Amino acid sequence: MKVFQSAILIAVVGILYSVNYLLEDMVNPYVIRVIVNCGIGMILAMSLNLVNGCAGQFSLGHAGFMAVGAYTSATLTTVLALSPFFKTDVGVGCAIVTGGVAAALAGYLVGLPSLRLKGDYLAIVTLGFGEIIRIIFLNIEDVGGARGLPGIPPRANFFWVYLWVVITFMALLRLLRSSYGRAILSVRENEIAAESMGVDISKYKIVAFVVSSFFAGIAGGLFAHFQSFIDPNSFVFNKSVEAVIMVVMGGMGSLSGAIFGGIIVTLLPELLRVFEQYRMVIFPLILIILMLVRPMGLFGHKEIWELFKKKASS
Amino acid sequence: MLQAFLQNIINGLAQGSVYALVALGYTMVYGVLQFINFAHSDIFMLGAFSGYYLAKWLSPAIQNPMLLMVSIILGSMAFCVAVGLTVERIAYRPLRGAPRLNVLITAIGVSLFLENLGQIIFGADPQVFPALIPTRSLLEGDGLVLNNIQLTVVLVSLILMGVLHWIVRHTKLGIAMRAVSFDIEVANLMGIPTDTIIIFTFTIGSSLAGAASILYGLSYPKIEPLLGMMIGLKAFVAAVFGGIGSILGAAVGGIVLGLAESFTVYYISSTFRDAIAFGILILILLFRPAGLFGTFRREKV
Repeated sequence: MKVFQSAILIAVVGILYSVNYLLEDMVNPYVIRVIVNCGIGMILAMSLNLVNGCAGQFSLGHAGFMAVGAYTSATLTTVLALSPFFKTDVGVGCAIVTGGVAAALAGYLVGLPSLRLKGDYLAIVTLGFGEIIRIIFLNIEDVGGARGLPGIPPRANFFWVYLWVVITFMALLRLLRSSYGRAILSVRENEIAAESMGVDISKYKIVAFVVSSFFAGIAGGLFAHFQSFIDPNSFVFNKSVEAVIMVVMGGMGSLSGAIFGGIIVTLLPELLRVFEQYRMVIFPLILIILMLVRPMGLFGHKEIWELFKKKASS
Repeated sequence: MLQAFLQNIINGLAQGSVYALVALGYTMVYGVLQFINFAHSDIFMLGAFSGYYLAKWLSPAIQNPMLLMVSIILGSMAFCVAVGLTVERIAYRPLRGAPRLNVLITAIGVSLFLENLGQIIFGADPQVFPALIPTRSLLEGDGLVLNNIQLTVVLVSLILMGVLHWIVRHTKLGIAMRAVSFDIEVANLMGIPTDTIIIFTFTIGSSLAGAASILYGLSYPKIEPLLGMMIGLKAFVAAVFGGIGSILGAAVGGIVLGLAESFTVYYISSTFRDAIAFGILILILLFRPAGLFGTFRREKV
């Protein structure tokens, strides 16, 4: 089994690497840009899905953790850049992981007090923390303040982003299928029932929040090293809302749904470019209609493959 | 030193009473329906723009500045009520009884929709809100600035809050509203037409937002389609600070927030202006989640 899995892993890496080469040769940069942005969107959506969909805690500050990841990794590769190592692929990879860890730490610090709250209050507190994180970066002159941080080595290409998509997907799938995942889901279903069954709900909320922040930080790091420029305006409240829309569209609690949502929400504005100025109106309209017509999101709690399974059996 | 301190209090009061008016809209809807009406901030924005256009059309016809201002305030209030009720009817009413998360997401959707619609209709560039009444300084010497606009803002807010207090405390409608916010199901069983009461709640909340938007336009004559977002968030913080569902709380919360902001800008830095509101929010939620005047309800199984 172990051998089989490592074989698959190597195969995935190989495929991604060759697709990367093919893309760079054959497709124009705009398409590559959209595809990579889709990947970053997927990571963001999957990570937020863990908190909003699986643990049932409504967080509206995801852009803040993305900012922590982006700024930490970008600082390591530009402002600090202790050695040329930090300009190489591996160095940037390390920086991005460090960014993820920093975001996880921020998630822990934010989550510890705020997860005592529920529902709308939690939403508004996480929103507040998200904004505070952004304002803090806005006020640190060493990372550019309002002018932003330019000159980040653009090392995150299709290969690295989609490698992280695969890693995020596998990690979260495994987490959800473990005893931790079951406990997290039980918190969503009924907190009081879960608590009376001996589930330490605060612990599992924090676990979900920290893991989610980690991957949001990774998404931020990739974003920074793909765009090669970040400023506090990249992580405004609307970015958090975008992440929420991704999760809601795909279905709260569905990992594959989050991937789907990540793709749709990134692609839709590009596809609606024909309507240029109306796209940002059509977008929220779709969200409202979705809530009225299909409140569970497109796939609900189910994964995409489970939908097909059900069809086959019935 | 003392002079700067007093000046900050004056600025804070003027700013805070606008927050308080907007906060009342949040707190009333939250009290009745238990959800954050994110679209409220954009109703505020639409109110400001309706005031902008009303001023354009009405100023040739009405010469008396006082009459002009009152008619613009009333017009903007009416417009906001129309928008608020439309939103309630189309987006919120079908979701009554749905999970709270869905209502919250719908509210965010409505908010984004109105914001972006505003950007298409009014353009993304800021517009200059016309000066309806000429600015006159009321205090001479001493370096203190208190002008008639600041005084108008505070006075109009006080009058509106007084009217609201009277409605909620001393009319049949107010009693029904309090009953609905206490327990919507039981109120329904007691024969209170809850849907009508909810409509009235939205009417009052939206009209206050309309009035607040004109007062805002008078004191900060730069309006843009995204203007509602920050003010809305801060007004919500004010509502939570005072205890959500409490009318006195929203008023006090708004004033406190206005003061805190004006002191932050003066003594720390203007870039932290937006952070202080959220800082206050986090502190209050951690130490007194029900807010200053709120009552904490324990969840029952």
